[in-house]
Amino acid sequence: MIYNIEYETMPREALESIQLRRLQATLSRVYATVPFYRSKFKETGISPGDVKTLKDLRSLPFTYKQDLRDNYPFGMFAVPMDNIVRIHASSGTTGQPTVVGYTARDIDTWSELMARALTAGGATRGDIIHNAYGYGLFTGGLGVHYGAEKLGASVIPVSGGNTRRQVIIMKDFKPTILTATPSYSLHLAEAAEEMDVSFRDLNFRFGVFGAEPWSENMRKEIEEKLNLKAVDIYGLSEVIGPGVSIECHEAQKGLHIFEDHFIPEIIDPKTGEVLPYGETGELVITSITKEAFPIIRYRTRDITSLNPDPCICGRTMARMNKLSGRTDDMLIIRGVNVFPSQIESVLMEIDGIEPHYQLEVDRKDNLDTLLVKVEISDRTFSDEVKELQRLSTLIENNVKETLGVSVTVKLAEPKTITRSEGKAARVIDRRIF
Amino acid sequence: MQAQQISIFLENKAGRLLDVTKTLSGAGVNIRALSLADTSDFGVLRLIVDNTTKAEDALKKNGFTVKKTPVVAALVSDRPGGLHGILGLLTEAGINVEYMYAFVQQSGDNAIMIFRFDKIEEAVSILSEKGVDIIDGDKLYTM
Repeated sequence: MIYNIEYETMPREALESIQLRRLQATLSRVYATVPFYRSKFKETGISPGDVKTLKDLRSLPFTYKQDLRDNYPFGMFAVPMDNIVRIHASSGTTGQPTVVGYTARDIDTWSELMARALTAGGATRGDIIHNAYGYGLFTGGLGVHYGAEKLGASVIPVSGGNTRRQVIIMKDFKPTILTATPSYSLHLAEAAEEMDVSFRDLNFRFGVFGAEPWSENMRKEIEEKLNLKAVDIYGLSEVIGPGVSIECHEAQKGLHIFEDHFIPEIIDPKTGEVLPYGETGELVITSITKEAFPIIRYRTRDITSLNPDPCICGRTMARMNKLSGRTDDMLIIRGVNVFPSQIESVLMEIDGIEPHYQLEVDRKDNLDTLLVKVEISDRTFSDEVKELQRLSTLIENNVKETLGVSVTVKLAEPKTITRSEGKAARVIDRRIF
Repeated sequence: MQAQQISIFLENKAGRLLDVTKTLSGAGVNIRALSLADTSDFGVLRLIVDNTTKAEDALKKNGFTVKKTPVVAALVSDRPGGLHGILGLLTEAGINVEYMYAFVQQSGDNAIMIFRFDKIEEAVSILSEKGVDIIDGDKLYTM
């Protein structure tokens, strides 16, 4: 099924002419209303009128996550606060989240995109959607919720956590679509097993999973354990939230980007040069219909490639491949964004701790684990084991409080953690995506 | 009336203890007593040696995290109830034993126990008062 046949199956030529019109309108608007974009365009010597073809987009400067932080909280909004009806925020580094706003029309757009996405994932208005994405500042929960209502399905706003209760709800309410992070869905499967509830006896047909990278192997495992067909969804709050792109359940091969609302580009992250279809690089997104928070050439840091070939589902929208990594050092631990620098600042607040640490990420029993290796120093070393254990616990508690993610601390001997620069030494990620 | 103990932080990995003994033997340091406290991730090795300064220098030079801690070496009569009597005195005085271990060598009919107290000064005066023999560091290292 296709929710919006007119747009989702539009010939690419017609699609491109809509894109150009919408892009030009967006550029004029941000130039007029967002000082950040106006000064950046001026610096580059570009005015919105110079963009005459879609290719001209390439001459515009990129927008980075740091730009959003520099304009915290509302500096990038393109409409007066009177017109803002919703605010979301994503966990950012060191206490500075990135904040996004929505007008009533933006919420409508987002709901439509999520209705399209859920439909591509197999949902119809007759379905009951068990929505286990977190509700709150995070866009996942409310994004799915509004889309489900727009579609006309019945949505259970169960949110994350309280897993045993979720199993009871799944058993009693008989939902047919599951929306959750892939790791949480496997956690649900385990909890169900412990409670002697078999997914074979439940009514799930499809699952829409996202907010963290997951592998084809994990898809197989989810499909088998949860007895449903699993599709991948992608989005980020800076662009709109979930619903930027979605896999169709027919092909399960690449995520269709809703190109009537977003223009995707793949660039070489080092040179910034745009790469042709099929080549792998960093995904850059420009939103062309957002009112409150338009974003121009946003560096997502996600690595993928684009495929414009027609799909068996009938959609003409280009597909992006499943994400294969990131260009920065952000880790997603159980759906929470974690930058090593955040852990570092927690460590540095503790007296006597050396700035030498290593993060080891693993996946045990389908849940991400984060081990923080910290070097002991003359100042933190004690001849008493309980003092050393107190130090570990203090770090664990401080990280949990600041980042909202549970970690295990391991004390290491001095100079045993590699001193080289960069991500490779700081982070060892053993998860397989 | 105190003795100096050397503590060393060790990660739980093969060969680490060997590195310590190699370092000490290279420096010509003799180990007189030791105890190893371990958790699943790390251990703390505590040593009484014949030359504390030399041992500390050699270990630090080889990259170990080392700390000196004052401890008390007390003579405990080598018969049933010997240790019990001493612990009784300390408990009555409200002094905690953080940890303790035995010296390798005996002194006549007595065993030598190394104690780490939370209140070391008080512990020494209680024990002396009650007639427990405490061995001074200098004597202990060369026994």
